[in-house]
Amino acid sequence: MSQGASSGGGTAGATADGYEAVIGLEIHVQLSTETKMFCGCRLSFGDEPNIHTCPICLGHPGVLPVPNRRAIEFGLLIAAALDCEVAPRSIFHRKNYFYPDNPKAYQISQFDIPLASDGRLNEVRIHRAHLEEDAAKMIHVGTSGRIQGSDASLVDFNRAGTPLVEIVTEPDLRSGAQVREWGQLLRATIKQLGVSDVNMEEGSLRCDANVSIRPVGSSELGTKTEMKNMNSFRYLERGVEAEIERQKQLLSAGGRVVQETLHFDPSSGELHSLRSKEESHDYRYLPEPDLVPLAPTPEMLEAAAESLPELPAARASRYRDELGIPEAAAQLLSFETEWADFFEGVLAHDEGVEPRVVANWVTGEFAAELRRQGDQELSRSKVSADSLGSLISMVAVGRISHASGKSVLESMVAEGADPRQVVEEQGLEQISDSGELEKIVKSAIEANPGPAEQVRSGNQKAIGALVGAVMKETRGRADGGEVNRLLKKHLDL
Amino acid sequence: MAEGDLTKPTAAATGLLISSGEVSSDEILEAWIERAAGDDLNAYLWRATGEQAQNGVEGSGSGPLAGVPVAIKDIFCTQGVPTTAASKILQGYLPPYDATAVSRLAKAGMPMLGKMNMDEFAMGSSNENSAYGPALNPWDRGRVPGGSSGGSAAAVAGGLAPWALGTDTGGSIRQPAALCGIVGLKPTYGSISRYGMIAFASSLDQCGPITRDVTDAALLLGVLEGRDEMDSTSVGISGGISSPSASDLSGLVFGVPVGLLGEGVEPGVRAVFDATLDRISSLGGKIEEIDLPHAGHGISAYYVLAPAEASTNLSRYDGVRYGSRAPSSGLVDMYEQTRSAGFGPEVKRRIMLGTYALSSGYYDAYYGRAQRVRTMIVRDFESAFADVDFVVTPTSPSVAFRLGEKTEDPWTMYLNDLFTVPMSLAGIPAISIPAGLAPPAGGGPDLPVGFQIAAPAFREQKLLEAAFALESAIGFDGSPARIP
Ligand SMILES: [Zn+2]
Repeated sequence: MSQGASSGGGTAGATADGYEAVIGLEIHVQLSTETKMFCGCRLSFGDEPNIHTCPICLGHPGVLPVPNRRAIEFGLLIAAALDCEVAPRSIFHRKNYFYPDNPKAYQISQFDIPLASDGRLNEVRIHRAHLEEDAAKMIHVGTSGRIQGSDASLVDFNRAGTPLVEIVTEPDLRSGAQVREWGQLLRATIKQLGVSDVNMEEGSLRCDANVSIRPVGSSELGTKTEMKNMNSFRYLERGVEAEIERQKQLLSAGGRVVQETLHFDPSSGELHSLRSKEESHDYRYLPEPDLVPLAPTPEMLEAAAESLPELPAARASRYRDELGIPEAAAQLLSFETEWADFFEGVLAHDEGVEPRVVANWVTGEFAAELRRQGDQELSRSKVSADSLGSLISMVAVGRISHASGKSVLESMVAEGADPRQVVEEQGLEQISDSGELEKIVKSAIEANPGPAEQVRSGNQKAIGALVGAVMKETRGRADGGEVNRLLKKHLDL
Repeated sequence: MAEGDLTKPTAAATGLLISSGEVSSDEILEAWIERAAGDDLNAYLWRATGEQAQNGVEGSGSGPLAGVPVAIKDIFCTQGVPTTAASKILQGYLPPYDATAVSRLAKAGMPMLGKMNMDEFAMGSSNENSAYGPALNPWDRGRVPGGSSGGSAAAVAGGLAPWALGTDTGGSIRQPAALCGIVGLKPTYGSISRYGMIAFASSLDQCGPITRDVTDAALLLGVLEGRDEMDSTSVGISGGISSPSASDLSGLVFGVPVGLLGEGVEPGVRAVFDATLDRISSLGGKIEEIDLPHAGHGISAYYVLAPAEASTNLSRYDGVRYGSRAPSSGLVDMYEQTRSAGFGPEVKRRIMLGTYALSSGYYDAYYGRAQRVRTMIVRDFESAFADVDFVVTPTSPSVAFRLGEKTEDPWTMYLNDLFTVPMSLAGIPAISIPAGLAPPAGGGPDLPVGFQIAAPAFREQKLLEAAFALESAIGFDGSPARIP
């Protein structure tokens, strides 16, 4: 579970020095279809190079593209999830440029009439979402790691032709933190749809950010720079923040922002300009004559709308509005599908426990314990939703104390222990017999005359020492509230 | 039967000889391979041995066309067989797959005789843009066979192949058929799969038969047409194609676009055209003057649209994956050297024209405008076909011209396509049949004149019937023996 997702975004944009940042995102999502966008080759990641190729994805003379129906369905699903308008007839175009990773020397993409447009995901408007094909993967041999100055460049066409959906937002984001949070929401949303692995490190989700700043209150857009290819939203947040800061210093010193493409190095925190000539590229867009317009049938649109699962944003509002879970925890849970599913599993164990309490346990103690014990992934944790549910139940009904609960949780995370068994074996059950507890309280007062006297004479804080004594005697099995009540009774307060 | 005789019958007649058991398919193939070996027209770029010709051929001896060999324009990909599109840039290229049209012929049992000369990437009207030298017109070896399917037409007219597969983008089947005195059919766009046909201008390219007579054209079209899941733009012809049998033209109306015929038609060509109109009348057909108001702009629109598409289609020849790669230092240099050395001048001219037309800032003025003209031409034909069954013109404004006569002036060369380009832009079917002989403008022995008939989209059967009736009435002998 990501840290700090609760630091409410969207407000940090207007800065004290009078500038606000304006950020738009371009997100490429690799679809997890069986086969490529325009041919029958299998999709793969990490296979031996150039084994998933055919004349079509190698751009041989005479070949023609045939669109992958599943990719179109996935695109429609994304369009529905982002609340977009779907074009009745969208058009594929050829985007022309020479590069060895581009076998036909044009990429089939969409240009003036994209599959979907005018959508929204929470506070950010979606400008458009369109279908296209991915390029091949280049590996540059030599010290530079770039094509310039490399000894040789190798091309792996396994990736060439992988279906992509490119999502372009309006420039509605205002800070690095908001970029990270919203990016995580988008990733969770697409993951929930089951149309992509959304793995940024493997490149199945890639995010570029366009960053500019302007005086607060201005409605004009400043000159933007583009930050490319960050492999996590946390790095993107840092990169965007660094770029906002750079632009502010530049403008404050009377300078000008130059339109360029930047790379942020997370290890050094530095921004580098990628002096590619791409800025001046004329892609000579041409309507793709080899494909007919993409006209989804009413049945396809209906199928997409009907198969939409409950999406993270809707889940978060349901947790907040119907279950009374605080906003921060609601987001934390629902933006990561597996956590939300886990939470609902815990909740289902005992309907008597307040959802708010369950949410606190899941996002608080449990998440913290996973982090503490070697940063475990939820998917690999030994704790089942059911066993965590039974632990929370025991605490909620007062069978064990909160403190005992935490120590049981420790062994659950460590060795997958059954909480009921641990409670029994270690005798952690609370002393529910108030006669027995009363005896212990009385002897604690007798054994600690000093603190007892201080409390009697008005020093409320001194009661802590007496509570501690009782807890020590009961090995944490006493209910804190009850101990307090009995202490006050016997101290004549 | 003597060997010379085996190459005499038309393809349809040859098929009958084989299926009746009168001759074996091996004898037929052997005879044709020998004819091809005697190619003195530079028609073949690659010739098959007997074994190579049979590669992938199925059902030998079963269907009506089984065993009838066919020549293939070198623009079709043929697995493991050199395919160059008559360009140096594809020298040594062996495709890893067969074009759909090629495999359909093989499935019908037809051996492949060889790969035929053409204008480089199908860009040209004389076959002089081939990197391997021009094919020659069998009627006069000092003259062009037309283009771009020049090798295919020369071979069929010259008796080097029984029939051939060509492609037509702006007239590349019809014009060489006309100049060589044989039949060429460009079917409706979408009726035959383009998969595996090396793209020149994708929205115009269409493959079709080049044959001695209309019956052969119908037979070959019947094998080729059909939807192909490898080509999203293919639809096939509903109802298929059968052998034409009409003997008159009664009740049919033939429209003559008089405005289009005004300029540049050689008098001899005009005379044959007029005589053919008379023959239509005598067969019961009705001649009507019609107007295709925008067809005259067809050439201008075509020479924006086709190069624009070509400029992106030909970008893949970059030396990275296949074909030739020139010695170079660095990536950009590799692109420049490879493409500079690999493409001929006409291909370069069209790539530059097309690149310019698609450049940002010019797109609407050129490509956008040409598309609008194309739409108007489509509407011209639609309103014409509301009144007439067919539109007829001479196929080409002139008979075959001398080698080198028009190479210095691209525009004069482009005007050869004046009457064929409008049908390409409209995507409708059109056939050229030999209608007679006429003297060339500069004097010399008579040469063939083609008569073009165009029909509404997917009305190939009706078109073939009319062409068949007219062909029978004209009685033009399309066999090589006719050639002096
Ligand atoms: Zn492939």
